[in-house]
Amino acid sequence: MKCEELLAMLNEYVDGTVDPSVCMEYEKHMAGCDPCKVVVDNIRKTIILYKEGKPYELPLTFRNRLHETLRQKWPKSGPGS
Amino acid sequence: MSEDIKNTSCRDVPDGELVRRSQGGELAAFEELAFRHEEKVYSLAMRMLRHEQDAEDVTQQSFLNAMENLQSFRGDSSFSTWICRIAIHGALKLIRKRKSRSMVSLDETAGEEGDHGTIPHPEYIADWRESPEELVHRNEIQRLLEEALSGLDEKHRMVFLLRDVEGFSVKETAESLGLTETNVKVRLLRARLQLREVLTRTLGDPDTRVVRHHEHAR
Repeated sequence: MKCEELLAMLNEYVDGTVDPSVCMEYEKHMAGCDPCKVVVDNIRKTIILYKEGKPYELPLTFRNRLHETLRQKWPKSGPGS
Repeated sequence: MSEDIKNTSCRDVPDGELVRRSQGGELAAFEELAFRHEEKVYSLAMRMLRHEQDAEDVTQQSFLNAMENLQSFRGDSSFSTWICRIAIHGALKLIRKRKSRSMVSLDETAGEEGDHGTIPHPEYIADWRESPEELVHRNEIQRLLEEALSGLDEKHRMVFLLRDVEGFSVKETAESLGLTETNVKVRLLRARLQLREVLTRTLGDPDTRVVRHHEHAR
């Protein structure tokens, strides 16, 4: 497997959806190719960072307004009734 | 957070129980669900829309829609997943509305530059100095992440957010955005590579930088 072939299948490898036989080839390539190994590791970490991040704080004025609206709109006889 | 308006009896109660209580008419339980998930929903909307007022509107409308449809929520997914999907639907609707004003479609694929072209190859390759777990709580890192995300075209950003951040399958992402699965895969790869490149230039340890000893196809 060449670097560019590995790059083309990067999604499948990172997502764990790659065919097992291709997966072995992939790992064999990475064992001898530091750049590809590091790129795969970087991408995994990139995804984790975005997934775990809490990028924006809710503006306090909006939070209060939101809850005020929820209380106003809450149906007296229960939701969806 | 406005602790004074939080109902203490709902603390430590699992989401599933709060949903059941909400379905039974307990407003405090629904408000607790909102407290727990509103920041995530707002962040998601901000990442999709890049506009505070629009993100607030989508967040509020999402909780109102959830309130209205609460009886139909059967708990097949978590409340968090459910409310985020409502928000995604709302944000996409707004994006389409914006696009229709400017006569450009979100799912437009005709004339897309590069979707079927060569894949940009990684340039700056280095191990990161710290783990994501160490990085994720720092404000400057959150700023870096959002700047990098802003650097993506909308079409790449949407695919990355739905697939990698919200955990949509390729098929679901394709359906939500009106794309083919192939388009989703190509856009996702480009988004991942571009974000990796930007983040690694800041987070990578120059001492571990590796240089390709053979050329990737360009």
